[in-house]
Amino acid sequence: MNVQISLRFIRVWQRNLTVYRESWRVNFLPPLLEPFFYLLAFGIGFSGMITSVHFASREIAYVLFIAPALIAINMMNNAFFENTYGSFVRMYYQKTFDAMMATPLNAEEIITGEIVWGATRSVIGTVIMLMVISGFGLVRYPLGLLIIPVSFLGGFAFGAVAMVFTGIVKKIDLFNLPVFLFVTPMFLFSGTFFPISGLPLWAQYFAWTLPLTHLVYLTRALSLGMLNTGALVSFCYLTVFCLVMFPLAIFKMQQRLIK
Amino acid sequence: MMSDIHATGPVIVARNLKKSFGELTAVKDISFTVDKGLCFGILGPNGAGKTSAIRMIYGFSPITSGDIHVFGMDIKKQSRKIKARIGVCQQENTLDPDLTVMQNFEVFARYFNIDKITARERASVLLKYFAMEYRQNARTSELSGGMVRRLVIARALINRPELMILDEPTTGLDPQSRHQLWERLESLKKEGMTILLTTHYMDEAARLCDDLVIMDHGKILAQGSPRSLISEYTGGNIIEIAEPEEAIRVFSRERKVRQEDLGHRLMIYADNGYDLYNEICGRFSHKSCVLRSATLEDVFLKLTGRELRE
Repeated sequence: MNVQISLRFIRVWQRNLTVYRESWRVNFLPPLLEPFFYLLAFGIGFSGMITSVHFASREIAYVLFIAPALIAINMMNNAFFENTYGSFVRMYYQKTFDAMMATPLNAEEIITGEIVWGATRSVIGTVIMLMVISGFGLVRYPLGLLIIPVSFLGGFAFGAVAMVFTGIVKKIDLFNLPVFLFVTPMFLFSGTFFPISGLPLWAQYFAWTLPLTHLVYLTRALSLGMLNTGALVSFCYLTVFCLVMFPLAIFKMQQRLIK
Repeated sequence: MMSDIHATGPVIVARNLKKSFGELTAVKDISFTVDKGLCFGILGPNGAGKTSAIRMIYGFSPITSGDIHVFGMDIKKQSRKIKARIGVCQQENTLDPDLTVMQNFEVFARYFNIDKITARERASVLLKYFAMEYRQNARTSELSGGMVRRLVIARALINRPELMILDEPTTGLDPQSRHQLWERLESLKKEGMTILLTTHYMDEAARLCDDLVIMDHGKILAQGSPRSLISEYTGGNIIEIAEPEEAIRVFSRERKVRQEDLGHRLMIYADNGYDLYNEICGRFSHKSCVLRSATLEDVFLKLTGRELRE
């Protein structure tokens, strides 16, 4: 199948933005409230037991350690859920893609628009969370501002891999599988709530193959005002991950949509 | 203007069209031409291959073999240009349920690069045309089935298409909605619109279509205007006899009239059946005997058989 992606994919993105704006008040709440809950539970609840954590040869306070991880998890969740459940509902139940394919749009543009929209959801969530977390004085600026473009990159990566699953699953219930086998383990073991160095060596190696590990590392480095080699490596990893997953997503979705 | 070059030629030319899904062949070598300003119907029972055929025409499905030219352009090479000039009403409701009626127009117009002001102007005219202007701020999830279908068709007109493709436009609608929709489609045709529609309602096809094909099992069984198909396959009248006695069958066989024997019911096809009707119904015993005009439905059943589908 040939691939032709014009800037018309923005029309798909705009459609999702229009729908999002219809219910933006509800959509704004989770990224606004989630950091409060997590910082309260982990930051205050745990800080009695864990005072400081080792990161990039520095000792940092535990809240400084988990705050950027919460942002990175939110990037993953926003894009992943948008491009699995959200895209599946549009494709399968609302027939939105069918309507689009009868217009000058083609399947590749629809999928591109969807993934860019998933990444945009990550950016929106990240901006809101950054404001809240910065209110606690947990982000170093100006380097911390780079977290915003990183949220687009991370969102694109997770949106693309989500779209691959959307191209494969037969029923919406089956998204439970990637959620429990992919998203939840990453949420726990990607250096989010404790340093990877606390894991056995084989698990450390494994953790470094996961995209969230790199997104957490990059976000954490930037929020601490560091731009080290590790951060650059993680940036490169995420870029390569996008370059692999995006064409795969286009391919799997073309197979699914074009009959 | 580029489009004027082809303005007088046929709008759709489909040649030796085939569509396979793995082992299954849904469309087996069909060819037809749709002329400008006419309404062309594709008729067939469920599973005949109607939807598969038209999906190839609006660039939704790739062609397995054969070719299609729309407005003189090859669908394989210029599908984007073609799709910009057609309006499609698919079988399912493809409206955005989270948006209002007006927002549905605006969002859909953007797919054609139509700006918001133009979209709103055109939408207002279209809503009035389809008697829905008072619902423009309603969510589409609140609309009735008839309104949903009208809105899907109205939305498909937002790009001022020269060709309208409708896949079973009135399936599931009440009689009032169907008649209203037919009227709208007829007036669109009067304005010069070319229409391609699929249906399994024969009254719909007889009323709207200038030319049609009857399809079954992926093949075209017959083609022509509703009237010519009726005179070719059934003749002008039908004598329908319920519970005919055996003597009627013997009589009609001797007379060599065209007939179909359904057991409890005997159908006799005749061009001018009045005398024959008087003779049969007067002489023989039966439960009821009716003389009526042949319809497209008779042609359809004769060609596609009476057994149930799917």
